[in-house]
Amino acid sequence: MTEKITDTADTNKEIKKPKATRDAYGEALLELGKRNPDIVALDADLSGSTKTSKFAKEFPERFFNMGISEQDMIGTAAGLALTGKVPFASTFAVFETGRAWDQIRLTVCYSNTNVKLVATHGGITVGEDGASHQALEDIAIMRALPNMSVIVPADAAETTSVIHYVAEYKGPVYVRLGRAKVPYVMPDNYEFRLGKAHVFHIGKDANIIAAGVMVDIAKRAAEALKKEGLDTGVINMSTIKPLDEDTILEAATASRLIITAEEHSIIGGLGGAVCEFLSERHPMPVRRIGINDSFGCSGGGSELLEFHGLTAENIINTVRTNLGK
Amino acid sequence: DKPFWDKRDRFILSKGHAAPLLYVIMAKAGYFSMETLDSLRTIDSPLQGHPCCKSLPGVEVSTGSLGQGLSVANGMALGLRLDKKPARVYCIMGDGEIQEGQVWEAAMSAAHYKLDNLCAVIDKNGLQIDGPVKEVMGIEPLNDKWKAFGWHVIECNGHDIGELLRALDEAEDTKGRPTMIIADTVKGKGVSIFENKVEFHGAVPSKDELETAMKELADD
Repeated sequence: MTEKITDTADTNKEIKKPKATRDAYGEALLELGKRNPDIVALDADLSGSTKTSKFAKEFPERFFNMGISEQDMIGTAAGLALTGKVPFASTFAVFETGRAWDQIRLTVCYSNTNVKLVATHGGITVGEDGASHQALEDIAIMRALPNMSVIVPADAAETTSVIHYVAEYKGPVYVRLGRAKVPYVMPDNYEFRLGKAHVFHIGKDANIIAAGVMVDIAKRAAEALKKEGLDTGVINMSTIKPLDEDTILEAATASRLIITAEEHSIIGGLGGAVCEFLSERHPMPVRRIGINDSFGCSGGGSELLEFHGLTAENIINTVRTNLGK
Repeated sequence: DKPFWDKRDRFILSKGHAAPLLYVIMAKAGYFSMETLDSLRTIDSPLQGHPCCKSLPGVEVSTGSLGQGLSVANGMALGLRLDKKPARVYCIMGDGEIQEGQVWEAAMSAAHYKLDNLCAVIDKNGLQIDGPVKEVMGIEPLNDKWKAFGWHVIECNGHDIGELLRALDEAEDTKGRPTMIIADTVKGKGVSIFENKVEFHGAVPSKDELETAMKELADD
C-alpha cells in the first residue's frame, strides 16, 4: 500500500528514464497479443529493431516475417485483415511508406482494410545510418491518402496508449515511431484519442504546435520564453490526420503567431497541415520548424537535431524575431 | 445473397482490367441484376473501371494496380489457416502482370508459408498493352520459374473447362505447397476479328464489330 501511495504522478515522472517509442510499441503489442487472439504481426526483416520480435517470440504462429519485401508485407497484411485479423505491419518508416506506397494506397486505403502500419525509425534521429534510412517525407505521403489516419506519439507512454487505441479502432492507421530514447512529456493520466490534441497551455503571444520528439523541445522553449515575458503555449498534435482543427483555431485566435515543430520535412507534414487549415480558416503568421527540404546525413541523433535547427534555441529565436522582440 | 459468408472460398482478380468479365459472371451468379451491367464505368456505378470492394460486395479486394493480388491472397490464406477454416483462396493474374516484382515476392512467401489452401492461375494469353509479352519483357521459362520458387505447377488449356476443373482438383489435393495453374489462352477467343489482336486489349468494339462478334459467338 505504502508503495502505491508514494508512487504518485509527479514523483513517478522524475524517476522515469527516457525510453524509445519503439520499445513501448514492442511491449504494447505483446500485451495486446495476450488479450486479443486476432492480433497478428508482420515485419520485413527488422523485427529486432522495430521490437515486433517480442510478439514474435511469444506468438510465433501469429507472427509473419515477410523477409525484405515491404510490398508483399502490405498486401499480405491487407489479406489477413480481410479474414478478420488485426494486422500490425512494421518496418522502418522510410521503407514502410516509401517502398510500399501504392500497395498501401490500393489494398489498405482504397480497400479500407483494418491494417495498422506501425513504422519505427521515423525522422532524423535515426542518426548514424544516414539519409537513406531517415524518413523525412513519410507523414506527407501517408497524409495524402484518403481513409488514412496519421499518428506521431511524443513519448513512450503516449505510444502505449496509441497502440491500444488503434487496435480497437477500425480502419487504416499509420503510426510513426522513433529509434532514439525520448523523455516522458505527457501527464500520467493522459489517454490518447484520435483527432484530439493535448494542450499543455494556450499562450497569448505565440503557440507552438508540435509532434513527436519536438514536443519536449517545444516545452523547454516555451518555459524559456515565459521568463522573457512571452506567453508561449504548447500543443502536442499527435494526430496529424484527422487534424484537431478546434484546438488549432483556439490557439490561433488566442495569439499572434503559430510555430509548428516536427522531425519531418516542412513540406506536407504537420507544418503543411496546419498551414493548409489556417490559410483557409484563420490566415495569420505561421513559421514552420522542420527539415528544410533536404536530406539528412549520418551523425548522432541530438547532433542532427541541432544541425537542422530542431532545437529549443531555434524555436525561441523564431518566436522572438517574429514577435518583433 | 451473402457475399461476406465467412466459409466462402475467396477469389481475387489480380488482373483488375478484366473487370467486365468478372461483372458478367457476378451478375449471372446473382450478386446484382443483369441491368446493372449497363452502368459499367459510368459515374456512381458499383461497376468501376477496375474492381472496387467498397462499391461492390463480392469483390474481395480492390485491384487494378498490377501485381498486388497474390500478396493479398497469401494473407487471406494465412488468415483462414489460422482460423482452421477449410475455405480456399484463388487468384487470377495476367502473364504480363507477372513482370511486376511484387509477384515474385509473393511467390516466395506463399511457398515459404506452405500455402496449400491457395491456388493461383496465370491467364497466359501472350499479349500486353504494348505488344506480345515475349517482345515487351519475356517471362519464360514460366513453368520452371514457379517450380523454382517452390510451387506445384500445372499447365493446361485455359479454354477447356474439363482440363481446368481437373487442374483445380489437383491443386486442392496438393499438400504442403501452393499451386500455380498456367492456363494457355487466346485473347479474344471465339471471335475471329478479336483473336490475338493486341489492339483489342483495352478497346471497345464498334457497332459493326459487335454485331459480327455476336453472330460468330451465336454460331459457335
